[in-house]
Amino acid sequence: MAIIVGYVPTPEGIAALDSAIDEARRRGDRLVVVNSTRGESLVDKRFASGSQWESVEQRLAESGVDHELTQLVASKDAADQILRLADELNAELIVIGLRRRTPVGKLILGSQAQTILLEAECPVLAVKSHRSEEN
Amino acid sequence: MDSLTELLNGFATAAHPTNLLYAFVGVLLGTAIGVLPGIGPAMTIALLLPLTYALEPTQAFIMFAGIYYGGMYGGSTTSILLNTPGESASVVTAIEGNKMARKGRAAAALATAAIGSFIAGTLGTLALALVAPAVVTVAIKMGAPDYFAVMVLAFIAVTTVLGSSKIRGLAALAIGLLVGTIGIDPTSGQQRLTLGLPELADGIDVVVVAVGLFAVGEALWIAAHLRRTPAEIITVGAARMTREDWRRSWKPWLRGTAIGFPFGAIPAGGAEIPTFLSYVTEKKLSKHPEEFGQGAIEGVAGPEATNNASAAGGLVPLLTLGIPTTATAAVMLGAFQGYGIQPGPRLLETQPELVWGLVASLFIGNVILLALNLPLAPMWAKLLRIPRPYLYAGILFFASIGAYAANLSTFDLWLLLILGALGFGMRRFGLPVVPAIIGIILGPTAEEQLRRALQLSDGHVSGLANTWFSKIVYVVILLVLIVPPIVTRLRTREPVKVGD
Repeated sequence: MAIIVGYVPTPEGIAALDSAIDEARRRGDRLVVVNSTRGESLVDKRFASGSQWESVEQRLAESGVDHELTQLVASKDAADQILRLADELNAELIVIGLRRRTPVGKLILGSQAQTILLEAECPVLAVKSHRSEEN
Repeated sequence: MDSLTELLNGFATAAHPTNLLYAFVGVLLGTAIGVLPGIGPAMTIALLLPLTYALEPTQAFIMFAGIYYGGMYGGSTTSILLNTPGESASVVTAIEGNKMARKGRAAAALATAAIGSFIAGTLGTLALALVAPAVVTVAIKMGAPDYFAVMVLAFIAVTTVLGSSKIRGLAALAIGLLVGTIGIDPTSGQQRLTLGLPELADGIDVVVVAVGLFAVGEALWIAAHLRRTPAEIITVGAARMTREDWRRSWKPWLRGTAIGFPFGAIPAGGAEIPTFLSYVTEKKLSKHPEEFGQGAIEGVAGPEATNNASAAGGLVPLLTLGIPTTATAAVMLGAFQGYGIQPGPRLLETQPELVWGLVASLFIGNVILLALNLPLAPMWAKLLRIPRPYLYAGILFFASIGAYAANLSTFDLWLLLILGALGFGMRRFGLPVVPAIIGIILGPTAEEQLRRALQLSDGHVSGLANTWFSKIVYVVILLVLIVPPIVTRLRTREPVKVGD
């Protein structure tokens, strides 16, 4: 069985990774870290750079959990990528980070997290960042 | 000084609030498109050509020149922070600029690029104001054979100097000249290449051609290569330089200006060659040659000054002879033709307000650009986060509106699509677009001069080279064609010297 975590290099993404490592250790599961971009803009701050990706790898190695890292440039949204992967690996749990949004922001913006929450077949753990970590 | 009085009058024109506004809009737009790779001043001016139906010529050209200059400023930001040149003129800047940024000196690199661009732009514009009247006194004596010779030189230089392959350059030029001949032959009144379509009798509107080749062609090309791994951008605060940076930058700025201006004025295909020359010069003259390749500030200061000076230099042949040396200048020439104004030696006499207002607004635009780029470079970099589907959908939308507005006919939209497919095909097979656009816009004028020269000589070919000026130009053309291959052949025979 596997746990899938959607990683983005933001406080929410880091909080999600922390929780996912805890869960993986508790359940003794394999942890799959996904970071994806549609590759449409020249700069995507939600796509982990080389050094950010290395630090994720280092953290996982230190934590001692069985892990796998996937970084891809694909036509699908990150949400679709995670859902597809969860389906393929028959995942036990999906861990995602949630951004804090104002009520108006929730109304206007569609979100990747919402897609995952509504469409996932397995339980989803949604994690918010600590307030102190936000700017 | 006569030209200085004229220039002061020009400032009066440029300082008019409406003109100031257009100068501001131009440099703002220019910086934005300069930052975005793939979208250059030539495409932007092509997309804005339909505005010329509504604007006064002075306002339109003030805006276009602002875009041209602004593009040179904006290109450096992307080169330095992203290691992807925003413009072809900023390719060289990326070599040292991105290395500096990686070492935490992005602020200094951005500052030396912006201040260097300002100094070179100002000195270049001053040189333009002084040189243009002098060129006019020579150009006014030029006859049809002389003009034709200079245009042939422009064609040959642009096709052979630029790009990797001469064959491809010539093929692109041939495509351009062919498209340029569509329509009614002005001398005999016969229809040429119109395929019996009455819509083609007037030729293809320059808006449709320019927008099709640049905007639609590029948009299709990007759409075919949409996905790529996002690059890592270096975050930076406002640009600033230390005293040491100033000491090391001012000489490269001045040398860059001296290299860029003359290269801009000759048809050598824009800023690529002079910026590279400037880089090599700075590397040779530097007191810190070991820093080159590791982030030497001279390697940013020189080329960035060069590309702005070459933009100013490019306006000399455009305004005094009506000959474009770059794609941007070619599209601007198309705009002049749209107004029924033929740039040439008489332009300074017939349209002094336009020419001197334009020159004066370049000085003002440079000041605005410095103010926009020095503190705000990091903000401009945020434009790179725009998803490209949105960007190019917008471009296609404006391209279609522009093409339709030209004659209010759906025929032009089909034509736009065909030319867009042609532009895509040229990019696909590595044919440079610049010779084609220069062929299309300059071709009909060159033909007119050719026909006139032949009429004067009763159809004798010798009539094309019967003046000392045209003879010199043809010798230069021969040299341009013969010397580079010989030099390469000699070079490959000799062992390559180390330390170059």
